[in-house]
Amino acid sequence: MIHLAGPLLLAAALAGTGIYGLLARRNAIMVLIGAELLMNAANVLLVTASTLPAGGLSALARGASGPSGDPLIPGQVMAVFVVTIAAAEIGLALAVILLLFRRRSTSDLTLVTDLGEASESGSTPPRQRDGEPVTAAAVGGQSLQEER
Amino acid sequence: MSGIELIFAAFALLAWGSGLLAVTSKQVVHAALWLVVALGSLAGVYLTLGAEVVALVQLLVYVGAVVVLVLFALMLTRAPIGISHDLDASRGRRLAAALCGLGVAGLLGGTLVAAVGDHEVDPDTATGSPSALGEAIFGGWLLPFEVLSLLLLAALVAALTVSRGGGER
Repeated sequence: MIHLAGPLLLAAALAGTGIYGLLARRNAIMVLIGAELLMNAANVLLVTASTLPAGGLSALARGASGPSGDPLIPGQVMAVFVVTIAAAEIGLALAVILLLFRRRSTSDLTLVTDLGEASESGSTPPRQRDGEPVTAAAVGGQSLQEER
Repeated sequence: MSGIELIFAAFALLAWGSGLLAVTSKQVVHAALWLVVALGSLAGVYLTLGAEVVALVQLLVYVGAVVVLVLFALMLTRAPIGISHDLDASRGRRLAAALCGLGVAGLLGGTLVAAVGDHEVDPDTATGSPSALGEAIFGGWLLPFEVLSLLLLAALVAALTVSRGGGER
């Protein structure tokens, strides 16, 4: 027998940690790590729900215990689906981050404040046509001789 | 406290602690490696909850693939090895983020525990066995499963297009 408070508190703590990671980090990949923790919090809840007896919470209140005889096992199947979606999400997100790094040579999200391309009229961000983007010098970060 | 509860508590504390280290570590590679520990111990949590297939999928996909992707991206973006101080936002934003995190955890945990926290469940490994889960996925969940494979294909093609075509302009 497992007391339900344990998994529920774990899910809540993981969600809080993930939110902190999402909001407090500046590096885009570190932000992704926070998102992964959030998804895992959801997964813990889904797997916990699959241990409930048939009829869910109301049956639990009546004193039934043990997992349901539901042949569809929704909680665990959806947990597997969430893992798959997380894999798709992180593959796409990393491609976007790599593209961002190639164009602006930074993965610092606070330096990327515009959504569109740098326009020719040049009110938007400092990005030179050839060679080094200016942002790299602004960060003081790794200057890069890009292999483009 | 029964034995399985003790095992669960150990895995849960390990998962939460290493998750906390993953979002606060000052070194990017360390953060990614703490994520490995967090996701691996979550697989243990799933095992104690009787979901063995989910635990195995977690190990295969998360620990095996996702973390390798993260490390790969860290290498490709030339992340600095060693302590870097520009990983985190300013102190004020960190404080606000911590408050948000605490608020989410408190609200979520409080609501869930108040709703169902005083019950006990008996996890049964038979529900999470490969045959049961396979019958579920290829039975009632067949359509969502196929749509999911389409989503994976779309994500693959999109990742390829984004990372190839974008850099030339």
